[in-house]
Amino acid sequence: MKYELVIGLETHVELSTESKIFCSCGGHSAANEPNDCVCPACSGMPGMLPIMNKRVVELAVTAGLMLNCEINRYTTFDKKNYYYPDLPCAYQITQINHPICVNGLVNVKTSQGARDIRIKQIHMEEDAGKLVHSGNSSFVDFNRTSVPLIEIVTQPDFRSAEEVVTYLNKLKSMFRSGGISECEEGAMRCDVNISVRPEGSEEFGVRTEIKNMSSFEAIEKAIQYESQRHMDALEYGTEELVQETRRFDDVSGKTFAMRNKETEADYRYFPDANLMPIVIDDAWLEQIKADKPVAVDEKAEEYMAAGISQKEIDLLLSDGKISKLLDDTVALGCDMKDSATWILTDCAGVLSKAGKSFADGVVTAQNLSVIIKMVADGTINRNAGKKVLIAVVEQGADPAAYCKEQGLDRKVDASAIEAVIDGVLAANPKAVEDVKGGKLKAMGALFGACMKELKGAGDPAVIKQLLEQKLAQ
Amino acid sequence: MNKFAVTINGQGTIAVDDTLLIQDAPATAGSRMLEGFTPLFSAEVVDRLQQKGYQIAGKTHVGEFGLDLVGEFSYTAPQQGTLQGAAALAVAEGDVQAALGVDMNGATRRAAALAGVDFLKPTYGTVSRYGVISCAASGEQVGVYAKTAQDVAKIMTDIAGHDPKDGTCLKTETYDYTPAKAEGKTVAVVKNLVAKADDGVKAKVQAAVTALQAAGVTVVEIDCDLFALANTAWQILMCAETCNNVSRYDGVKYGHRAANYKNIDELYVNSRTEGFNFLTKAVILYGSDVLSKNRYKDCYDKSLRVRRVVREAVTKLFGQYDALLTPATFADGYQAYEVTEAFGKVFTESECTALANLIGTPALATQGVQLFGKAFDEAGLLGLAVALEKKGE
Ligand SMILES: [Zn+2]
Repeated sequence: MKYELVIGLETHVELSTESKIFCSCGGHSAANEPNDCVCPACSGMPGMLPIMNKRVVELAVTAGLMLNCEINRYTTFDKKNYYYPDLPCAYQITQINHPICVNGLVNVKTSQGARDIRIKQIHMEEDAGKLVHSGNSSFVDFNRTSVPLIEIVTQPDFRSAEEVVTYLNKLKSMFRSGGISECEEGAMRCDVNISVRPEGSEEFGVRTEIKNMSSFEAIEKAIQYESQRHMDALEYGTEELVQETRRFDDVSGKTFAMRNKETEADYRYFPDANLMPIVIDDAWLEQIKADKPVAVDEKAEEYMAAGISQKEIDLLLSDGKISKLLDDTVALGCDMKDSATWILTDCAGVLSKAGKSFADGVVTAQNLSVIIKMVADGTINRNAGKKVLIAVVEQGADPAAYCKEQGLDRKVDASAIEAVIDGVLAANPKAVEDVKGGKLKAMGALFGACMKELKGAGDPAVIKQLLEQKLAQ
Repeated sequence: MNKFAVTINGQGTIAVDDTLLIQDAPATAGSRMLEGFTPLFSAEVVDRLQQKGYQIAGKTHVGEFGLDLVGEFSYTAPQQGTLQGAAALAVAEGDVQAALGVDMNGATRRAAALAGVDFLKPTYGTVSRYGVISCAASGEQVGVYAKTAQDVAKIMTDIAGHDPKDGTCLKTETYDYTPAKAEGKTVAVVKNLVAKADDGVKAKVQAAVTALQAAGVTVVEIDCDLFALANTAWQILMCAETCNNVSRYDGVKYGHRAANYKNIDELYVNSRTEGFNFLTKAVILYGSDVLSKNRYKDCYDKSLRVRRVVREAVTKLFGQYDALLTPATFADGYQAYEVTEAFGKVFTESECTALANLIGTPALATQGVQLFGKAFDEAGLLGLAVALEKKGE
């Protein structure tokens, strides 16, 4: 029999905010030592009250807009109760009754064609800390507690592992380019709900959930293993499927049932009385919409229209900083396709040679645009432009000043060029005689000497013309 | 009786209940579970008083987590016999000029009435809860014990007003607590509550009626079943919220940790079994039950709906009357109870008080009785208290 996979996804994404969701501690990525970024609030001491970080709301709404969601104008927080040492209050603040975004839609393009995946909801919540085991003891690190997350819950609309991975890659590039999350290793974690049914059937099969995976590769493998397990059970009766929570073991490539205790927990959700409902009024929503970066799809179309290749577009959109550099450079008056080449070829090469990256911010739209414009209007040649770029990256040079200093500027005034020519002619009487005697080969040597003296500055055509005039005299 | 859990300054004039934090002063909220815990910061109300130049005398004993109305449930009580509202007594006996307490279910008002001093539980959101060892977040509020309405007004003025560190705190910066004129007002005595009280309490209500009438207040009698309804709903909400808020006391980070455990589950169970007393354990079980999947809709969710219904009905009542006069306690004094009986008493006695916690309105214990007012009408209640102080003279 032929079977169809039915998959739903819950994806936790760590938001890029300067502080935690309910206190002013910095994000845990800034921490060097365990418990570096911890205060009485995020370590569960009595007396502290959660204060909502407004930026978290804005990023969650932005994510919702990117995924075509309806934004709930009235949104509230609930408490989820469970005991674990990495959860200092023994409850997690999350959203159950009034999540911030609902009913979204994401288009996913795979080798099987394009399909829409429905988003059930996006809600905000706080992360837990982590346990560190050492010998007979366990230690708890609260750096990650209260780091803001959004959880994106889809409907069971995926039909293949490929769709799942494509969707996750799309989220990743959207969130990176939108400044919502860096989506670094471990900052995106997925729970996969999976069931299998005979093709054409409308009913759902027995569903299992594979918890907490962060590598896309593992997710793909887990789906393949788990769906095969379901199909074998249905086809050959290898085992009886039960609704349960499982974990994926990377080493064996298999999934294993988790203890029932963890799956049957009653989390006793109830409203958090310490956090007043958040009301998102028209003005605030409009502000968030205005600040929202253009969606990746639209961006790709814009780049495509400018003649940038698909491969380059993928590179540009893989990192929000790169596409932003391009957009900002274009905004400063540079050609889009030309700028893309500068960024992806020249900047990327020079940066990598210098052991730096776009994230270091040494190449700014401001200084890049100056270089591109100088090359475009003939002030310097392309090679000189690259030389300037290297100086910018390696020495933090100012492009315009560096050109002047190094005499790269081709627009040297005629009198300066004439002075150089006069000098060259005076120093090479033999060559001058040869030229005047009709040996035009010597002309090249004189021209080369002038160029050398001018160190690449000045327009070669102008130099050549002046040189000919002098020799004709 | 030793009223102070921690003495801070022998010359101080303000006592602070042990449900509020003072930086570097051990804080236990009357529970063994918080044994050895010392906070890193002071409650906002304590900071404000200290900035105004008040000296804090010390931290007064409370029943465990401030929930205990009857004086049986404190880690410190067994060493001292029944714990009789230490802060209220300290004020009554002149040890301090005033005291701060956290009103979770009216234990503070009951203690004040029994000690013969005032306690004002202000409108929810007017005073910062930053630094309160929180149990019932949606209804608890910091209030003031003092001998006179004028003193209550003075301290309230100094502690109330917006605090950005508390998301439930209203934006208003200051409030006027100057006692309003009582003359010409109408007060309704809640007959059915008075009927359930001891004779001594009935006499105090009668004396209050006489004093109010002498001050030109119109006194009428009503029957009102909202108090019983509010008590049940608040019992459910308070237990649920407390169960959740004390779940952070697990022996892992601070406070009491059992000496013997073999794994994390035993660490939790043994520490909490040893750390909490009977009342808190019962509240945890009860709260956990009303939040469970099967009971949530019929218990917790229903109580939230009852809260709305009661609020609307009480708002209507305050369209007719300026205040309601009730007992603050059915019993005329502290009694020794057997432990399960005491637990029951906590929730029968709170019928007098819980309504104000449920719907966030102000309530004032004064002259052994209690006045309920509409939201933000503390000045009206304090004005009536001034009339009561004159005792009809
Ligand atoms: Zn913190």
